[in-house]
Amino acid sequence: MAVMSYREALNVALREEMTRDPRVFVIGEEVGLYEGAYKVTQGLLKDFGPKRVVDTPIAESGFTGVGIGAAMTGLRPVVEMMTFNFALLALDQIVNSAAKLHYMSGGQFNVPIVIRGPGGPAHQLAAQHSQSMEVYFYHVPGLKVVRPSTPADAKGLLKAAIRDENPVIFIESETLYNVKGEVPDDPDFVIPLGQAIVRREGTDVTVIAYMGMMYRAMEAAEELASEGISVEIVDPRTLQPMDSGTIIGSVRKTHRAVVVEAGAGFAGMGSEIAAFVTEQAFDDLDAPVERVTGASAPMPYAKNLEKAKTPTKEKIMDAVRRVCYANRS
Amino acid sequence: MALIRRFEEKAAEAYALGKIGGFLHLSIGEEAVAAGVTSALRPDDYAISTYREHGHCLVKGSDPRRVMAELFGRIDGLSKGKGGSMHLFDKSTNFLGGHAIVGAHLPLAAGVGFKIKYEGGDQVVVCYFGDGAVPQGEFHEALNLSALWKLPVIWVCENNRYAMGTSLERALAQPEIWKFGPTYGIPSEAVDGMDVLAMREAAARAVARARTEKTPALLEARTYRFRGHSMRDPAGAVYRTKEEVEREKQRDPIVLFRDRATKAGLLREEELKHIEKDVNDLVDEAVAFADASPEPPLEELFTDIFREGA
Repeated sequence: MAVMSYREALNVALREEMTRDPRVFVIGEEVGLYEGAYKVTQGLLKDFGPKRVVDTPIAESGFTGVGIGAAMTGLRPVVEMMTFNFALLALDQIVNSAAKLHYMSGGQFNVPIVIRGPGGPAHQLAAQHSQSMEVYFYHVPGLKVVRPSTPADAKGLLKAAIRDENPVIFIESETLYNVKGEVPDDPDFVIPLGQAIVRREGTDVTVIAYMGMMYRAMEAAEELASEGISVEIVDPRTLQPMDSGTIIGSVRKTHRAVVVEAGAGFAGMGSEIAAFVTEQAFDDLDAPVERVTGASAPMPYAKNLEKAKTPTKEKIMDAVRRVCYANRS
Repeated sequence: MALIRRFEEKAAEAYALGKIGGFLHLSIGEEAVAAGVTSALRPDDYAISTYREHGHCLVKGSDPRRVMAELFGRIDGLSKGKGGSMHLFDKSTNFLGGHAIVGAHLPLAAGVGFKIKYEGGDQVVVCYFGDGAVPQGEFHEALNLSALWKLPVIWVCENNRYAMGTSLERALAQPEIWKFGPTYGIPSEAVDGMDVLAMREAAARAVARARTEKTPALLEARTYRFRGHSMRDPAGAVYRTKEEVEREKQRDPIVLFRDRATKAGLLREEELKHIEKDVNDLVDEAVAFADASPEPPLEELFTDIFREGA
């Protein structure tokens, strides 16, 4: 085990996989000479050369399509979106080509591509650079969607994504790149896609949260413990395929569920989780499933408005108290 | 060319009988492009195309029976009936698909060129697209990348003068499509797309250059679609005149080649009849095969969404 930042963990994952498999290459804007807008690809150009660390012009649809074409004929591209917001320019490539080529070709061609980069709310980046992007992808059959919350997950899940035979949308976060944690050194440390993890064990209520929201939920759980409420936190880690078993198992134990998501709530991840918890564990529930979501507004720039847009620790605590019928605030 | 023509005539009949559904786009009139270009390729070269791709797929070597079965939505189709007319794929011939979002497969073609160069191979990839893809951003992104990175991509624009019902002049400020090539430093030429030998020669030049110098090329094949945009636009009469269509039919690529080959003494009447019979038999057999092939079993709905294993 080594203690490293989330950013370093991603870098190590890329290095290890590029060393292991000569078909793996990195492509995107500023990934080489500039060493990545967020320095995730730092040092890769020097160590692997321009053939495998490919700087592109600003042409998201074009270079994503290059990745898909290369993947369907045998390479294993890791496409960096400088921020995931730019992936909207490549949405047709991802949705209509990457996700569907395996199906449309009757299984003849597959697209082992990873499309990665930061997404989700960041600090005062305003409406176009600060939004939860996973919603655009997990609805599409044929795509896997990963949101890794910790440095160890960042490494283990990125390595799994690169080894996967299918297109994987891998959305990191600007706000987590400096988070430090223990990361296994083993070059074969891989976390299979589709496995949730219980971040904190508890008995009264299950909170489902990922990325920055998971950390906020952990803070909320600490404070709620002093009120006598025991919170269990489940981090799905992979949104597609979703490990509903771990979530249902936890809800069957606690009988209450709160889902936290940073994005606007309408038809969001919270809606989906609330739906399957209700469908599969209705008789186990002692309270309706609560959702704590971002406000249904574009992300504002002003600090106070930004704070109001995003779920806070207090909002999570309130929701937990409500499902526990313990409205003390 | 004769095979494509006969195959598509039969497909039109099958469509009228309700055996083929959805959209069916015929390339009747444009056969010389597919035939001429493919004759300059090796079997290990790649081709990628649009939704008007029956011809490109057939000349690349796919079994007409399996292509027809795909159009019929049957289990013995190339994609087990899950792709249909617009999404023909054949891994065994390096035919990389039928793509039906206009312009979207051009970046994929650049990616295939990238792969060839990455592995140090000397194959090329041919990318067919229509004049309708030229105003799309992806045409320009893909051409730029192919030139910037020196990728062995042969861009073949099948300029049939109409993007569905929108004529070239109504869509492009620069209607001479080959002229976009030099802007990106890509050797380009306009070719008579009704002349299979002209297509073959132009493609051979481009392919030879791409193999040795890893440079892309742009061929603007000036051709014409004798039928409508799709079977739902049977006459194509709203946006073009009957006279125009009749005039263009005078330059039928199959007739032009037949006359030329006959005059040159390379083909005798007897041989022509023989070819015609062979093609008719082949296509009849394809239809019978497609007809006899079962529908895909229901479990196919959920197969091929994800590939298992690592």
